[in-house]
Amino acid sequence: MALNTQPNLFEPGKRYFRAFSPGDDFYEALIETHRDLSDEQSEMVNARLILLLANHIGDIAVLREAMSIARAGVVAKD
Amino acid sequence: MLSTYQYPKFEYVRPPEIAEGRDGHYPVVIVGAGPVGLCTAIDLARQGRQVLLLDNDDTVSIGSRGVCYAKRTLEVLDRLGCGEEMVQKGVSWNVGRTFFREDEVFNFNLCPEPDHHRPGMINLQQYYLEDYLVQRARKLPNLEMRFRNNVIAVTPGEKQASLRVETPDGAYTLTTDWLVVADGARSPIRTMLGLDIEGKVFMDRFLIADVVMKADFPTERWFWFDPPFHPNQSVLLHRQADNVFRIDFQLGWQADPEQEKKPENVIPRIQAMIGDDREFELEWVSVYTFQCRRMNRFNHGRVLFVGDSAHQVSPFGARGANSGIQDADNLVWKLALVMDGKAPATLLDTYGDERGFAADENIMNSTRSTDFITPKSRTSRTFRNAVLGLAEHHPFARALVNSGRLSVPSFLVDSRLNTADDAVFAGNMVPGAPMDDAPIESVGGEPWLLQVLGDRFQLLHYVADAADLDAASVAALQSLAEGPIPVEPIVVAARGRAPAGLRTLIDAKGRIRERYDLQPGTTYLARPDQHVAARWRALDPARVRAAVARATCNA
Ligand SMILES: Cc1cc2nc3c(=O)[nH]c(=O)nc-3n(C[C@H](O)[C@H](O)[C@H](O)COP(=O)(O)OP(=O)(O)OC[C@H]3O[C@@H](n4cnc5c(N)ncnc54)[C@H](O)[C@@H]3O)c2cc1C
Repeated sequence: MALNTQPNLFEPGKRYFRAFSPGDDFYEALIETHRDLSDEQSEMVNARLILLLANHIGDIAVLREAMSIARAGVVAKD
Repeated sequence: MLSTYQYPKFEYVRPPEIAEGRDGHYPVVIVGAGPVGLCTAIDLARQGRQVLLLDNDDTVSIGSRGVCYAKRTLEVLDRLGCGEEMVQKGVSWNVGRTFFREDEVFNFNLCPEPDHHRPGMINLQQYYLEDYLVQRARKLPNLEMRFRNNVIAVTPGEKQASLRVETPDGAYTLTTDWLVVADGARSPIRTMLGLDIEGKVFMDRFLIADVVMKADFPTERWFWFDPPFHPNQSVLLHRQADNVFRIDFQLGWQADPEQEKKPENVIPRIQAMIGDDREFELEWVSVYTFQCRRMNRFNHGRVLFVGDSAHQVSPFGARGANSGIQDADNLVWKLALVMDGKAPATLLDTYGDERGFAADENIMNSTRSTDFITPKSRTSRTFRNAVLGLAEHHPFARALVNSGRLSVPSFLVDSRLNTADDAVFAGNMVPGAPMDDAPIESVGGEPWLLQVLGDRFQLLHYVADAADLDAASVAALQSLAEGPIPVEPIVVAARGRAPAGLRTLIDAKGRIRERYDLQPGTTYLARPDQHVAARWRALDPARVRAAVARATCNA
């Protein structure tokens, strides 16, 4: 399976009438997860979150693809 | 400063109460001739009510305020009789570009879904909207507008409210059965009555400038995150009518509004932004802050709050006037039924419930946009920038970029006025849905479904060939037109003309069938504000009457 970079967010059982709603629901929850945390705490939350999600995805090929896209965007050229 | 628009000056007329030295009484008084008070007054007057509209000013909205008017607003204005002027004068745009730092990260084309009368939104200066509404209001003989009439005291009562009104000729007293308060965000009447409004102020300032471009400039929406000419902040550019472009610069909380407003500070910013020596002229500059808040309750006995007096949102997503006009749309038919004694006053509670739900949704959406555009923490900013960085190449990230979501009407799915489905339907036209438009052919000549809907309860009954409608169905449909709350029967068909002179709409392009998931026999009950009240797979007049009773709190 290849990494899916198309919009893919939804909440089971929830009916959406607008295309922007599921993404906005997620983004709000993500920012809310960090509410009132120090920068250091936020970094730790992010690391834990990545580990949890990586295990859930499972497929290491998919994870490698995601890691490489994530890295490529912030360094000039390896 | 403005050169493209001439403000009208509305004449003050000495009120008869002062001339004759007496108090006045009106069935309904509306305070505030902004977009929302005007729409409420026009809608009530169109439906035959005697309406008095008071405003403490004598012209339209000054300077640069509302810009974007959404499809649903245009549909309401169509029903009120001035949608066409708005669309003719307004600017329709489809292409939006999003920039992050130096680069354009993506652009989108809002290419509207085909076969709707109105576009997703238009851009137009608020003074035009108010100008058209006042012109429309003047054509209604039972609508009286009084300018420079300032309401200075309100005493609510069990059966009436009484008002003290100040004019250039002195003060007078009015009583009214119903008082609609549309006196804007600062709402002096809300304050006089000691009613609370809760929410939050955003710690930010925005500079808005209207400029007239001398040369050609594209009709597109441009949104910058963190541009080189205005680091760490956002900038939005929109085209309005008369070649006037509106620019919103985020300034941050620390900025000094007086300093920022000076032309010598504004002009270089704009020059840096448009990036070349294209000529422009500054028409208007102001600095504003904003808040997201709402009253707990919009209806208080005989006093009903609409528009900004009841709720305010941040301008991202353009939901202020758009939502206020939908308040009027929701309130007026309910108030008319209550005034006629055809529905109990509890129907007005559903105005508060339904529009309170919409206000919550508007506040949620505009708060989300604000949080994306102006991140409140380092982590939040990192995520925002990560989304923007990924957006250029990855569609999922584009969907997360939130530079303001289009103002769209709420689906009132939890309203107690709805009758629940007892059959399976595909699509979005659920009970409580704002009804989708579609092209039609009809004897009356209206080319669009929404031009036929509104102002009363209506029943859409679908058959393949209208001419084949059996006698029992004809009799059932006709029986609905009787009674204290009549329901206008309408036959929707692929072809043919219904017997007995029943109004027939031909679903010319099959869009009604598609959008409403119609099968022969399918029947929709439409509210006077073009929302679905109930739907069935077969016609049963007893159920229709029960649904009308439910939708009017008469059950
Ligand atoms: C910068 C900016 C950008 C915006 N952009 C958009 C946009 O793109 N789209 C959108 O839909 N909305 C937008 N809005 C919001 C929009 O301007 C308001 O939501 C809208 O004007 C509210 O209408 P209203 O009729 O409720 O109140 P108002 O327009 O404020 O009208 C209230 C009226 O009541 C009168 N009044 C007040 N007190 C009294 C009294 N005691 N007696 C008699 N009369 C009184 C006032 O003179 C005024 O005429 C924007 C606002 C701002 C500031």
